[in-house]
Amino acid sequence: MDYLLTEQQTMIRDLARKIAQEKIKPVSAQYDESEEFAWPIMKVLAESDLFGVYIPEAYGGLGGGIMDMCLVTEELSRACGGIALGYAGTGLGTLPILLHGSEEQKKKYLPDIAKGKRLAAFCLTEAEAGSDAANMKTTARKEGDKYILNGTKQWITNAGEAEIYTVIALTDKSKGVRGASAFIVEKGTKGMEFGKKEKKMGIRASATREVIFTDCEVPAANLISREGMGFIVALKTLDTSRPGVAAQAVGIAQGALDHAVDYSRTRVQFGQPISSFQAVQHMLADMGTQVEAARALAYSVARMVDAGVKSVSKESAMAKLFASDVAMKVAVDAVQILGGYGYMRDYPVEKYMRDAKITQIYEGTNQIQRNVIAAHMIKETLKK
Amino acid sequence: MNIIVCIKQVPNTTDVRIDPVTNTLIRDGVESVINPFDAYAIEEAVRLKERCGGKVTVVTMGPPQAENVLKEAIGLGCDEAVLVSDRKFAGSDTWATSYTLACAIEKLEGYDVILCGKQASDGDTAQVGPGISTHLDIPQVTYVKKISEINDKAAKVERMTEEGYDVVEVPLPCLFTVVKEINTPRMPSLKGMMRAKSAKIAKWTAADLEADPAALGLDGSPTRVVKIFTPEARKGGEMISGTCDEVAKELVELLKGEVV
Amino acid sequence: MASIKVHLEKCTGCTLCVKACAFGAIHMADRKAVIDMAKCTLCGACVAACKFSAIELEKAAGPKKDLTPYKDVWVFCEQKKGVIQSISYELLGEGRKLADKLGVKLCAVLLGHNMKEAAAKLGERGADKVYLADHPALKAYQDDPYTAVLVNLVEEYKPEAILCGATVIGRSLISRVAIKTNAGLTADCTGLDVDVKERLLLQTRPAFGGNIMATIIAPNHRPQMATVRHKVMKEAELQPGRLAEVVTKSYPEETYASRTRLLDMVEELSATMNISEADIIVAGGRGMGSKENFAQLEELAKVLGGAVGASRSAVDADWIPYSHQVGQTGKTVVPKLYIACGISGQIQHLIGMQSSKTIVAVNKDPDAPIFKVATYGIVGDVNEIVPALIKEFKRALNK
Repeated sequence: MDYLLTEQQTMIRDLARKIAQEKIKPVSAQYDESEEFAWPIMKVLAESDLFGVYIPEAYGGLGGGIMDMCLVTEELSRACGGIALGYAGTGLGTLPILLHGSEEQKKKYLPDIAKGKRLAAFCLTEAEAGSDAANMKTTARKEGDKYILNGTKQWITNAGEAEIYTVIALTDKSKGVRGASAFIVEKGTKGMEFGKKEKKMGIRASATREVIFTDCEVPAANLISREGMGFIVALKTLDTSRPGVAAQAVGIAQGALDHAVDYSRTRVQFGQPISSFQAVQHMLADMGTQVEAARALAYSVARMVDAGVKSVSKESAMAKLFASDVAMKVAVDAVQILGGYGYMRDYPVEKYMRDAKITQIYEGTNQIQRNVIAAHMIKETLKK
Repeated sequence: MNIIVCIKQVPNTTDVRIDPVTNTLIRDGVESVINPFDAYAIEEAVRLKERCGGKVTVVTMGPPQAENVLKEAIGLGCDEAVLVSDRKFAGSDTWATSYTLACAIEKLEGYDVILCGKQASDGDTAQVGPGISTHLDIPQVTYVKKISEINDKAAKVERMTEEGYDVVEVPLPCLFTVVKEINTPRMPSLKGMMRAKSAKIAKWTAADLEADPAALGLDGSPTRVVKIFTPEARKGGEMISGTCDEVAKELVELLKGEVV
Repeated sequence: MASIKVHLEKCTGCTLCVKACAFGAIHMADRKAVIDMAKCTLCGACVAACKFSAIELEKAAGPKKDLTPYKDVWVFCEQKKGVIQSISYELLGEGRKLADKLGVKLCAVLLGHNMKEAAAKLGERGADKVYLADHPALKAYQDDPYTAVLVNLVEEYKPEAILCGATVIGRSLISRVAIKTNAGLTADCTGLDVDVKERLLLQTRPAFGGNIMATIIAPNHRPQMATVRHKVMKEAELQPGRLAEVVTKSYPEETYASRTRLLDMVEELSATMNISEADIIVAGGRGMGSKENFAQLEELAKVLGGAVGASRSAVDADWIPYSHQVGQTGKTVVPKLYIACGISGQIQHLIGMQSSKTIVAVNKDPDAPIFKVATYGIVGDVNEIVPALIKEFKRALNK
């Protein structure tokens, strides 16, 4: 489908595709196996200015929006969903500053992020606060011109690798979610430590660790927005970033589909390529249609965000929900088309299947997305 | 430091396919790209600029569409670009090509280092680089795999040989042809690509070069093609089938004369 | 200015020229060839392809050079550390045939230091005459003195043809000499012959990507110069006791001056054999699947006493260093046995290995182009077949 990209967006997509094809694809299996963080690829992305596509020109970026970020995430994910997450995770960690940061904070942090000099990470989830984020325990106690952070954030993407962390913590426990605030914490701050690297089913080239705060002193200037705004910052960040998760899912689905189509044309059974069998053709047709529909939805929501539409909660939940379910289904079907080969690690599709699964889980499980969507729908009818 | 890179646009060989009937190349839809070896020359030029300061001028001789590879080179970090293009250059062999490029380089405001890829992927001659240095009467080092030291007077480089490498000292200005081992070319940057989009590319014709017209194009080329033919395709041989062990046994039997 | 035109009365509309044009510059209109001048590069391929002389390439007649004083076939003999390189013997073998056809002498040119004995011995490889420049400055190759000496020799003795190795030294040197002597030069010839009547060197090489061969001449320039890759021609046989006349030349000191300075020559000992010298090559491509699988080929090569080669995609995937790459952008190899494992056989690869005596191809895709050049083909999974081959060869070779 022709999504009528601008000239700049076409350039961004083509460059991301080139990097995915030439730099990421040859090493994706190797990073999946070793579970290392793909720093050499991050360096390539940095030198190519891709980290800056969604950051305003005033802060050294290219002035694009979420749509541009989605294009990059999708193309990188098409080669490797894990390596792409180093990029997308930085986007997620940057959004609180971009959306709610002060001019000083933007000036201080965004140029380095745009250049890819420093990666970012977003710290919300805790052991007992997953879908129920309001149950978080991490606290930030104000003392003079500092906040003292205590608590442990769990399963933080880019943790240990990133240098800039946006952290949600309670400044006033008594107020529940209204007592949460958002902070910028730099790696190396005393009292900030990282847990061991998690071993994961998929997206194994991405780094996932605990971030542990023990009397970690953060300058008061690092408070994003005001005290008590933390939950709003988090929700707004997630609403804005969900098209990015959708894009990652679309990329994974497309990558799996690419392999399935290629394989079906070269695999010969009963004297002909399996692509000539209708059973396979119909699977491919469904997969292709689903991927395109997911992409169309993801792009539409990304464009809504960029156009400044005020509430995109329902639509961004829909995009994330639909695209991630498609990614899982298409990856499973791709494995099926490759048959026994699909199940073998020598072929890349089983990796797409493992990578796809996380998109149904993180940044709000698909069950939570459905809750959000339904709640909005019901609220909308009440207003009528 | 004034650094000049000479590049060529070539058909992208990675998507070249062969027509099984006529046994000729299918060129439809084959895009033109920077000669892969020249990408290393561009990267080295940009690294020299980052190391010593100065500017990089990229030069190509070719049809008007060759402007695209020059823009790509700007996207990769070159500062200025010159397209040398004229019907009068058609039919140039390596003699006339190196003469034309040498004339264009002389027209530029001075140079300290000229970089070329070791050869072009379509012609594979490796003659144009040395040809340019000879026309300009400057020293050259071919097959350079490392520029270990360089200042505004001289350079120390490593030239790849069949057995290893030579360490060579050379005064500037000079010409280097570079091999793949010299660096890993960077990806283009978006900012570079945007600069390239609006960059002005100088276009020079034969008249601009003040060249000897008799030495240009086909007229200035000593060589010409007299015959072309498709080599007889090697006939496909015997297919061996069976289980792995069976085919291995049979093959070993068939190859006894070659191996044992 | 040169131009090209179609003689419409002679054009039969046979479309041979359309097929010959590598630039898509010719189409048929009204059953007559029409050349798109925006695409035409005046390469002359269509002129050569036309059987009816209907396409004419017009070239401005330059000042006519008197070509008659030019005679003899020369071979530039490359030496390293005083040892004549085998490429020189290959060129002498080919040069001998050409000189005999033309009825002229075959002359070797040797530049070096303390090379008198070696020079005299070149007679045993078929040279009638040896031009020797012996000077400390010529001990190891340097562009400036080598170019100056060879240009001096050419200007004094006027050979009609010079053959030179398409080596690091040969390609650097002969390109400079061709410019200085205003000569035509054709690189990487795979076939050489002569037109005795016109006294032309017919130089055949792959053109336009390699599956079209072009024969190239330099009708109005002398000497006619060609480079040939290592292993393409057969070495001249040794004829013990055969003598050559040695002409030793010396020049004023400034002729030996060099702007470059050779500081050191480093030999890097590679653990594996140089593939261009190997008689047996086991090569792998993308189809090997991984670096670990690729390593199996080393075992097979070891069993066979051969070297490991690779396609470009295997090198790009970092499974093996570039020095092992076979093909257009790698090395040309002519082993007795070439075993291609998981190599699909892109034209760029085929160019570098299709002259091998016996080619075995193992690939899972029965339509892979590699099977078109293979002597023996096996359709199957390389990762099962290679271990089976290792086992069987071990047994056959008692290893």
